[in-house]
Amino acid sequence: MDKRFLYAILSFAVFFGSCGGSSTGDKTVQNESSTAAAQEASAPAAAADDKGIGKFKDVQLTHPLDEGMLAKGTQIFDVKCSSCHKLTDEKLVGPGWKGVTDRRTPEWIMNFVTNVDEMLDKDPEAKAMLELCMVRMPNQNLSDDDARAILEYMRKNDNKK
Amino acid sequence: MKRFLGLFCILGAVASIQGCKMKNAGSVVEGDAASKVYVAPGKYDELYNFVSGGFNGQVSVYGLPSGRLLKIIPVFSVNPESGYGYSEESKPMLTTSQGFVPWDDQHHLALSQTNGEQDGRWLFANANNSPRIARIDLKSFRTAEILEIPNSAGNHSSPFITENTEYTIAGTRFSVPVGNEDVPVSSFKDNFKSTASFISIDKESGRMKIAFQIILPGMDLDLSRAGKGPSHGWFFFSTYNTEQAHTLLEVNASKKDKDYIVAVNWKKAEEYVKAGKGKKLKTSYVHNVWNEETHSAVSTKETEVITLDPAELKDLVYMIPCPKSPHGCDVDPSGEYIVGSGKLAALIPVFSFSKLQDAISKKQFEGEYHNIPVLDYTKVLYGEVQKPGLGPLHTEFDDKGNAYTSFFISSEIVKWNLKDLKILDRVPTFYSIGHLMVPGGDTRKPYGKYVMAYNKITKDRYLPTGPELAQSAQLYSIEGDKMKLLLDFPTVGEPHYAQAIPAEKVRDKSIKIFDIFKNKNPYVTMGEKNAKVTRKGNRVDVYMTAIRSHLNPDNIEGVFLGDTVYFHVTNLEQDWDIPHGFAIKHAASAELLIMPGETATLKYVPTRVGIVPFYCTDFCSALHQEMQGYLRVSPRGAKVPLKFGIGESVSAPTVAAAK
Repeated sequence: MDKRFLYAILSFAVFFGSCGGSSTGDKTVQNESSTAAAQEASAPAAAADDKGIGKFKDVQLTHPLDEGMLAKGTQIFDVKCSSCHKLTDEKLVGPGWKGVTDRRTPEWIMNFVTNVDEMLDKDPEAKAMLELCMVRMPNQNLSDDDARAILEYMRKNDNKK
Repeated sequence: MKRFLGLFCILGAVASIQGCKMKNAGSVVEGDAASKVYVAPGKYDELYNFVSGGFNGQVSVYGLPSGRLLKIIPVFSVNPESGYGYSEESKPMLTTSQGFVPWDDQHHLALSQTNGEQDGRWLFANANNSPRIARIDLKSFRTAEILEIPNSAGNHSSPFITENTEYTIAGTRFSVPVGNEDVPVSSFKDNFKSTASFISIDKESGRMKIAFQIILPGMDLDLSRAGKGPSHGWFFFSTYNTEQAHTLLEVNASKKDKDYIVAVNWKKAEEYVKAGKGKKLKTSYVHNVWNEETHSAVSTKETEVITLDPAELKDLVYMIPCPKSPHGCDVDPSGEYIVGSGKLAALIPVFSFSKLQDAISKKQFEGEYHNIPVLDYTKVLYGEVQKPGLGPLHTEFDDKGNAYTSFFISSEIVKWNLKDLKILDRVPTFYSIGHLMVPGGDTRKPYGKYVMAYNKITKDRYLPTGPELAQSAQLYSIEGDKMKLLLDFPTVGEPHYAQAIPAEKVRDKSIKIFDIFKNKNPYVTMGEKNAKVTRKGNRVDVYMTAIRSHLNPDNIEGVFLGDTVYFHVTNLEQDWDIPHGFAIKHAASAELLIMPGETATLKYVPTRVGIVPFYCTDFCSALHQEMQGYLRVSPRGAKVPLKFGIGESVSAPTVAAAK
């Protein structure tokens, strides 16, 4: 009896094991514990592309800076970002924002702030930053428009016109 | 000789049951049971199982078929784990007309329905001791509303609902005097009343309101069910103690061969209320509503209910005789059959709704009970299930026309057919089953597949843990002709009734965070630049933020003995499953657990001079241990200026304040 029971469990473990790691659970998990799941899913595609990993492939910048986006960007920065980022080049919890729009492409920035976990798991530049800061940037649940507004706010901080 | 033989048979049966439970309970499990309940790591369960907590006052959520505990939802008891009932925002949820009540006894659950099917919007829960009904929002898995029920005691036949969630019900187990309450207990027959409260539910918001109370003769209303399909518009209550005893009920309420099932025509009641036939009665009760944008509850006092008197208002209430001290009173999926389960009866009567209508129109009454017509038993009976077992309690239904009844005394589930009333199968439970539950088994569209047993006695099922044991639950497959035991697992509190719903009806609506930009808490801190400490007299308000991995402010000075300090902590995170906690040394309450985007408030009264540490209690990041701070408490009158901040703003060395 006991042996049959054991075989049943073993055979099911094998059965489910062979199904691979792409469950609905893996897709939705977005916290720190997702690291293992994401690594399991497939070997990182190591996007060396300076646009990062995410939906933004081609961001059109506008001149002059958009006042509406700047107002929204300020509000988002105050509530969701300023706890960890200074506007100077000084690191607080995360790196200071001064010069970020010169170091990174607009696409990389927008992909990073909207697709935080995948970027931290796979993008070489983001991974390197994580090793410096040792704190995973929280996914602050920014919409596409929010991300664009933050980019505009960063451009203003870098004296872009 | 025959009697002797009979006794021998019973002894034999008892011995064989004993034998299988004590020696090798595993032998009743079929070989493939493990595969039927195994949910692989990372996979989801098929069903949410909402289980009443009984004397823990909460609702627990299990996954089926695995039996894994997913959550305990705080409802009627304080929960130091999350700060429910301790945070300033949540205290009003547990307020009653008699003040703050930190505990209750939670018995039954009802999932909201649309057209007789579960819709996955809300879960209703009753408080038995201090009569209340709660509504839990299944988007947040939080208690959204608690309504107190006046003129009630022992809110047991509750919170069963109608098939479009028009009403949830509250019926009284204890009769009590209504109006003038200071009367001799021995005046029961003259002064004590039962009440059946119909609580309307707003279709959009789910808001509850007492629509009307039907004042019934003194007796004990036990359980209830709404009609459905053809019987929609009716509600059925089982009763005991129609003897109207007020002492030694064990004997005195078990004298009559039959008590009643009370049949209430609530559509008729609505007409009477609309026609102004209800009487307004002054009373006092509270209505507590949680606001998801202010992240806080408001408790409102109510002073009046509309009552209906069935002795005066005709065609409102009828009594169906039912043997003997019926407990369960369950309506089958078609809405035609009403099953009474007499705790002390040797058979299960099945009543027919169409015969009930016929008997009413033909006035086939056998008498009156306090001016309410009593129907002729034989005229409303569809049939009786003969020799089903000992101590029938509750009946649930599958999707194939079968009924499942729990038997407390003979400790078994008995499956029988609704049409021919023949017994099809029986399985032992371990031990002494109370409620049972088929997923959707109380709706017009049962999901079937499983029946759960919620047992009252645990004994040897699990490793011993001293005199107090977890309650045992068992999962059986009902897919085949024979019920098969699949799983045995411990539960918390004392489960009475439960509900189960296919996961997809709830899972995808579950919210992950609260939008910080919708946070309307009056004490929210919108970003760190608004973090501050203010003083007004002896009241100090700390507007604090939490984000991985610091609290702001994390250094606070200028607080004195005699002050009351309110920590309003806003979690600035917007990521799923990143709550922060907040605790401060020697706080005489609990911690706070603050969800992403939420604000919660802990009241703290310092009791001695010194440095008081505070910290985040929910492991949030690699630097969680660094998420900490200090409050300095000085003697009253000390010249310590109010000072607060984080990092550089509080890093400059200062001279210690002179006393």
